[in-house]
Amino acid sequence: MDDLLVDFLTETREGLQSLDGALLQLERNPGDRQVLSEVFRTVHTIKGTCGFLGLSRLEGVAHAAENVLGLWRDGTLGVTGAGVSAILAAVDRIRAIVEGLEATGSEPEGDDAPLKARLEATAKGEAPAPAAATDAPAAESAAPAEGGAPGAPQSIRVAVEVLEDLMVLVSELVLTRNQLLQLARAEENAAFAVPLQRLSQITSDLQDGVMKTRMQPIGNAWGKLPRLVRDLSNDLGKRIELEMRGAETELDRQVLELIKDPLTHMVRNSADHGLETPEQRRAAGKGETGRILLNAFHEGGHIVLEIGDDGRGLNTDRIRQKVLAQGLASEAELAGMGEHDIHRFIFRAGFSTAAEVTSVSGRGVGMDVVKTNIERIGGLVDLRSKEGRGTTFTIKIPLTLAIAAALIVEAGGERFAIPQAGVLELVRVGEGQGPRVERIKDSAILRLRDRLLPLVSLKRLLRLEDGPPAEDAQGFVVVTQVGSQLFGIVVDRVFDTEEIVVKPVAPILRHITMFSGNTILGDGSVIMILDPGGIARASGLGVEGAAEAGAAAAAVARDGRRTAMLLFKAGDGAPRAVPLALVARLEDLPVERIEQAGDGLVTQYRGRLMPLHALPGVLPRGEGQRQPVLVFGDDERAMGLMVDEILDVMEEALSIDAAGERPGFLGSAVLAGKVTDILDTAFWLRQAQPDWFGTQAQAQRPRVLMVEDSAFFRSLAVPAITAAGFEVVTVGDGRDALRLREAGERFDVIVSDINMPGLDGHGLARAVREGGIWAALPMIALSGNASPAEVERGRESGFSDYVAKFDKDALLGSLRQCLALAG
Amino acid sequence: MQTAMQGATGAPAGAGLADDATRMVLTLTVRGQLCGVPVLSVRDVLGLQSITRVPLAPPEVAGSLNLRGRIVTAIDLRPRLGLPPREAGTPAMSVVVEVGGELYSLLADGVGEVLSLDAEERAPNPPTLDEAWKQVSLGVHRLGDDLLVLLDVERLLVIAQ
Repeated sequence: MDDLLVDFLTETREGLQSLDGALLQLERNPGDRQVLSEVFRTVHTIKGTCGFLGLSRLEGVAHAAENVLGLWRDGTLGVTGAGVSAILAAVDRIRAIVEGLEATGSEPEGDDAPLKARLEATAKGEAPAPAAATDAPAAESAAPAEGGAPGAPQSIRVAVEVLEDLMVLVSELVLTRNQLLQLARAEENAAFAVPLQRLSQITSDLQDGVMKTRMQPIGNAWGKLPRLVRDLSNDLGKRIELEMRGAETELDRQVLELIKDPLTHMVRNSADHGLETPEQRRAAGKGETGRILLNAFHEGGHIVLEIGDDGRGLNTDRIRQKVLAQGLASEAELAGMGEHDIHRFIFRAGFSTAAEVTSVSGRGVGMDVVKTNIERIGGLVDLRSKEGRGTTFTIKIPLTLAIAAALIVEAGGERFAIPQAGVLELVRVGEGQGPRVERIKDSAILRLRDRLLPLVSLKRLLRLEDGPPAEDAQGFVVVTQVGSQLFGIVVDRVFDTEEIVVKPVAPILRHITMFSGNTILGDGSVIMILDPGGIARASGLGVEGAAEAGAAAAAVARDGRRTAMLLFKAGDGAPRAVPLALVARLEDLPVERIEQAGDGLVTQYRGRLMPLHALPGVLPRGEGQRQPVLVFGDDERAMGLMVDEILDVMEEALSIDAAGERPGFLGSAVLAGKVTDILDTAFWLRQAQPDWFGTQAQAQRPRVLMVEDSAFFRSLAVPAITAAGFEVVTVGDGRDALRLREAGERFDVIVSDINMPGLDGHGLARAVREGGIWAALPMIALSGNASPAEVERGRESGFSDYVAKFDKDALLGSLRQCLALAG
Repeated sequence: MQTAMQGATGAPAGAGLADDATRMVLTLTVRGQLCGVPVLSVRDVLGLQSITRVPLAPPEVAGSLNLRGRIVTAIDLRPRLGLPPREAGTPAMSVVVEVGGELYSLLADGVGEVLSLDAEERAPNPPTLDEAWKQVSLGVHRLGDDLLVLLDVERLLVIAQ
């Protein structure tokens, strides 16, 4: 291509870039002569040069536009919104022709007559062309963040390739430096130690310097947005003001390129779905002009981007309906979710709540793509929304993808790097140390504070395991977050963190989605970089929907509405279930270890004899087989129930139907769509006689306040009391209970433990009797020690009755008696 | 130079040298079988290297190794050619080749010498040749009592995933 033409194209491209912005400024402020003459000059230059180069189409369009601009500049014609639209259309045409010119070296074919006619009409003072254009209020809008004519910057053009090559070389240098440092550490008093230190310092500085050349202000990705928003506001008949903050925030150009499209989509989304029409806004008592706010800032090694609007916010009910209609979650699951969790459904594929599909968005592709693209570069997307107040999306992305801090771990004798960005914490697990890993059939879970964390064994996932899985998982759990899904990656060892240079894996290995790249460590060895997203997907954790369900399941029910249930098989027929919190351990005993003792079966368990009972229908196993056992109890006493097979763990809002009630079972509940028998643990713990449940009318359920610090006992008692027809609210100690009294909560009866941290049972009873709305309520004390002296003390404190713990029948009897007296 | 190779007609002076280079092969042995790879694609020959296993990779991929700061994927010719694994304790030799800008290491039992082979003396693959070999063999050369299988490096790297 002709050098002259190349120069012209470069210059024109730059001119066009500034034109959009200048024209919009002009539209807001029609009297701005400086901007006007700048626009005129640019168009004039384009016209002049293309005449010289013999580019007739360009010349024609530029000439027609220049005519209008000339009249504006001279003041013979007023600047109008329609006029600006016509000029913008001309600028677009020029851009299209220039692009064709770049691609082929000659002007593309096309008909410019209608456009020229529109410009001529504008020049004559007529107002043809698209209506919708409004005179933008000049005073209302804030001044743009940066305006004015750009001075000559102290910069030169460098081909992107050159920078990329430099980056690769620096990466190599960093790796070589790391290797040298490792060698030097092994050798004491080496003569090269001092120069090596210097080399190391220079390398670090060089790395920083080269990184800087790749950094670009995020404003570069925002350049097209003002124009986009303006066009959208015309198309949609909405008034929209775009405010951009932190445009100077810098990030790696590679990352910048990758977020451009998602960002555009989100702004489009805010304009289309987020903001209301002026009428709707007025009706809602807001200003007619909606606001979209873009905000960028640095936070740690990340850049945070916010895209917010002050529009109508997400309609939680509509999302809920749509979720149900699409079968993404059940009513019960939705009931257990917070508003935020429900909002996150919009990140699911094919999910759009826009009532009708518009040309702008609402085709149901989008937010899921945005999320996938951002997660692919190690970022996170989240949103917060308030109905009537607006929606804000937050994107958190790493500053650069080239060099990353990574945690070096070992599994199955191999080392791997896990990018630090996704690592939340490290937990040591194993016998006697920290939390315990529990196994449910093939899946392992970790109880971490109030969450159940699904675990992924790296060894197993990567098939590095030779023998059968070890009985007790020992090692470390790397708690990782992908999207909203938390999970743990089990590894054998953890080394320190290292700065690594991410290199893509060879093409023949790219099908392995568990790796995002590979790198060379300081000691010269090659290691693979794990992709937490790939691991989550490979383990069935990655999908947003699964993530939501998982997150909901992971939060152990605090309010008693949702209970984690362990599903198992015992005998033919329906699966059985028991609250997971009641099960101390799951064992898989060799049949040889089960012995006959007197009338029953026992096994030696942790240095004691543990009685074993077979659930009805469970047949004895043959020689050499293994027997699954649910272990109940605590350190002092334990008992085992023999079952056929452990099936699963799931979280459900437990509604026990007493219809399935029979000895040993509280009744039945629907779990995962199947009728499931719920085990009556108390029955088996006490090996008591078949229990009795009065069939009680469900209409008026007496409210029971249960004050109990032991989660174990709560899980035991709540299903039993609920099944007997009471509504149960549980709190952990006396103080929490009194807070409910202050909140005006009403109950029919209080059941309280005696020994509790904080305010104990006696203290609570005295406080209740002192006055307030609960002063006359019956109170039942629960204790492991029901000696006559203790019972007497309880009565003195104000308890109406005293019941031994684990005696469900006595408790239910006492409850009924108390209520009968009170009622 | 009487063996004008295909495409070399009308080549300027110096083409003879290029001809020489294209005819050069590096010989290597895989379980006693003599093989050859075109010297032009070879970047390096290395002795024993520490190789990092790549989990979940196809069995032909022995792992990755570090060649002066570049990551090289190692393909073990034994499984690639359908042969039993190398006996324990016998180190492999690594022939590093470049294909499509990427470096690969071909693990062989031994590396021999550089030979100049005449294309006209190349015999087509015998019909009875094992299928795994047929796919990667460009033809067979007779070298005294031995037969040399000329390997197609690009096709060696096509591995079913």
